[in-house]
Amino acid sequence: MSRFNKQRNILDFTLSSLLRRRTKNSALVIVYTLIVFSLASVLFFTQAIKKEACIVLQNSPEIIVQRIVAGRHDLLPADYIDTIRAIRGVQSAKGRLWGYYFEPAAGANYTLMVSEEPGVEVGRIVIGQGVSRTIHANRADIVPFRRYDGSYTSFEVSDILSSESELVSSDLVLISESDFREMMGIRGEYVTDAAVYAKNKRELFMIADKIKRILPDTRPITKDEILRTYEAIFDWRGGILLVILSGAVIAFVILAWDKASGLSSDERREIGILKGIGWETSDVIAMKFWEGAVISLSSFSLGIILAYIHVFFASSALFEPALKGWSVLYPEFRLVPHMDPLQIATLFFLTVVPYTVSTIVPSWRAATIDPDTVMRL
Amino acid sequence: MIELSDIRKVFNSGKPNEFVAIDGITLSVERDKVLVLKGPSGSGKTTLLSVIGCMARPTSGRITLSGKEITSLPERFLTEIRRKSFGFVFQQFNLIKGITAMENVILPAYPTGEGFSVLKKRALSLLELFDLSERAFSKVEWLSGGEAQRVSIARALVNDPSVIIADEPTAHLDTKLSKDFMEIIGKLKVRRKTIIIASHDPIVYESAAVDRVLEMRDGRILSRATRQ
Amino acid sequence: MFARKSNVFLLFMAVNIFLLALVFGHASYGEKNALPYLRGKAQMVKRIGLSDLCLFTDARYARHPSMADLSTPFQDHPMSLEHFPSGTIITPPPHLRSK
Ligand SMILES: Nc1ncnc2c1ncn2[C@@H]1O[C@H](COP(=O)(O)OP(=O)(O)O)[C@@H](O)[C@H]1O
Ligand SMILES: [Mg+2]
Repeated sequence: MSRFNKQRNILDFTLSSLLRRRTKNSALVIVYTLIVFSLASVLFFTQAIKKEACIVLQNSPEIIVQRIVAGRHDLLPADYIDTIRAIRGVQSAKGRLWGYYFEPAAGANYTLMVSEEPGVEVGRIVIGQGVSRTIHANRADIVPFRRYDGSYTSFEVSDILSSESELVSSDLVLISESDFREMMGIRGEYVTDAAVYAKNKRELFMIADKIKRILPDTRPITKDEILRTYEAIFDWRGGILLVILSGAVIAFVILAWDKASGLSSDERREIGILKGIGWETSDVIAMKFWEGAVISLSSFSLGIILAYIHVFFASSALFEPALKGWSVLYPEFRLVPHMDPLQIATLFFLTVVPYTVSTIVPSWRAATIDPDTVMRL
Repeated sequence: MIELSDIRKVFNSGKPNEFVAIDGITLSVERDKVLVLKGPSGSGKTTLLSVIGCMARPTSGRITLSGKEITSLPERFLTEIRRKSFGFVFQQFNLIKGITAMENVILPAYPTGEGFSVLKKRALSLLELFDLSERAFSKVEWLSGGEAQRVSIARALVNDPSVIIADEPTAHLDTKLSKDFMEIIGKLKVRRKTIIIASHDPIVYESAAVDRVLEMRDGRILSRATRQ
Repeated sequence: MFARKSNVFLLFMAVNIFLLALVFGHASYGEKNALPYLRGKAQMVKRIGLSDLCLFTDARYARHPSMADLSTPFQDHPMSLEHFPSGTIITPPPHLRSK
């Protein structure tokens, strides 16, 4: 009890002491909170997307076979699919028909995809929320499209995809096969690529290998590679945000170092007085510990909480400009919240611990001065 | 109460700038009396006070406090003894700026682990004793010299020590305030405190409250002791 | 009279810890709650045969990073300036670099 009281007493003094340089220390807490906030926001955002990608894309085609012509992917002859289907271990192989459509009026890019979703018929399309938002198209509206030959055609919007699915479907225009072919001028013996499923998931690699051998002008992309792509994309080392952030982090480190390590003569004097009036070396160090802990713990917890609100309640609003970029059509999605205790612990050890340590260490020497120095201050 | 036997304090021992600040002092400080050490600057008063107050260890010699040998105690115990038995009033007052008078008074008691409300009550009653009730929650830099000194005396008393040590307490005070200070010393004596003051201010050593004056020179106590 | 400073701070930290706990609780609750939606989404991915998340619509390789061209490395290079932000946030898929 008295030990607890003692720490609380020392904490009292530390707080009084911190409050003396109110503006400086508040500025420090604000900057520190901002840093934790930004780091945690990036971390939460990327981790949540990674997690979501992992779950959602688990169901993407197991192998996608592209045809490569002159180093670029090209339309795949439909008879390739029969060849693939004949490979042992292949459960099914289906041609996918899809492409991009640039809408000049809005300046937006759509992904056109042939599908047999309900609502997709000749003359009728299903669109994603992003498309609907960008061109203000609602159910039963007629949307014009430009054909490959420059003439125009139009389709009726029969349905709009759910907003929950926006993270995968925002820019989709689901269209019937005959409309797609007619609009894009793709003849019946070609598809965009092929989606292949294997009987045994463990044979994927082998099947991909076999496809590559039998059809040398193709490039099979396995689901593993797709998932790995997403892992890599959102590995949070990459990215301009972190480049900018690291600048901020470095600035903060300098600031913190200056603040924490540059024990001013006033502070030395105070430590001398404390020692003189009966504080032990360990009491002085405890005070310095609290000084670091008060600032870093407050900033840390505030930063984490704000980042969580930012990413999972405010749809990462502050990242929007960076993520949006040149895109006109931008998916509005709410990420599924995900908190990894290990991540939080990592962040803790990267922020709170170094700051607190860098507050204590420089005061160590000052704390061991002889108490009689106080007589000659 | 405090017995010093053959205390020596040597600074920079073994180096060319070796300096003997205290050169074999044997002294016995009586309980509940006021002792003044007078002497010119550099005579070793401050050094002797810090040795008596367990702030510095003597180079050689023995000190006993209430019959207990303390010279050989480890640092931690020494700090505890100092905190419990000694209260210090410094020449420069040495208050911590930016915090209130009340907090300054409590400061030596923080490491004892006593409850805050108890400490606060004690600090406020000490401040009241020195007519500082109204200034209790002012920052110390707003206090006048006399007030600051009274705060520093209150601080010296917060752990209820039996010995008060004051080094040149009147050096920064005018005549009136110096006299006030000696009045306070008289009151403390009544409260059964042992008081040791280093000063070469006549107001101090000629004061009626003083029981004994020892003159120091070159790290020694002159055998001719005044007023005993 | 005066609120004790350490109490104010300890209370503040207690509130923070409570909020952090709430955040963790909210996250695990939300995660559990979202499973049906995620499954729905995964179902849709399967039905339509989607291969990528719709994060950036500004360029082919940004819209479908997993489908990016194999032999045109510069379009995927992080320094590609025509699509500045997304091009710096996403890196080329590893199977393009390793092969
Ligand atoms: N840490 C030290 N190192 C070297 N010399 C010191 C040190 N502290 C005090 N002295 C010397 O010891 C002598 C006695 O000093 P002090 O006790 O302060 O005398 P007084 O308080 O009577 O003026 C002085 O000459 C001073 O220079
Ligand atoms: Mg002196």
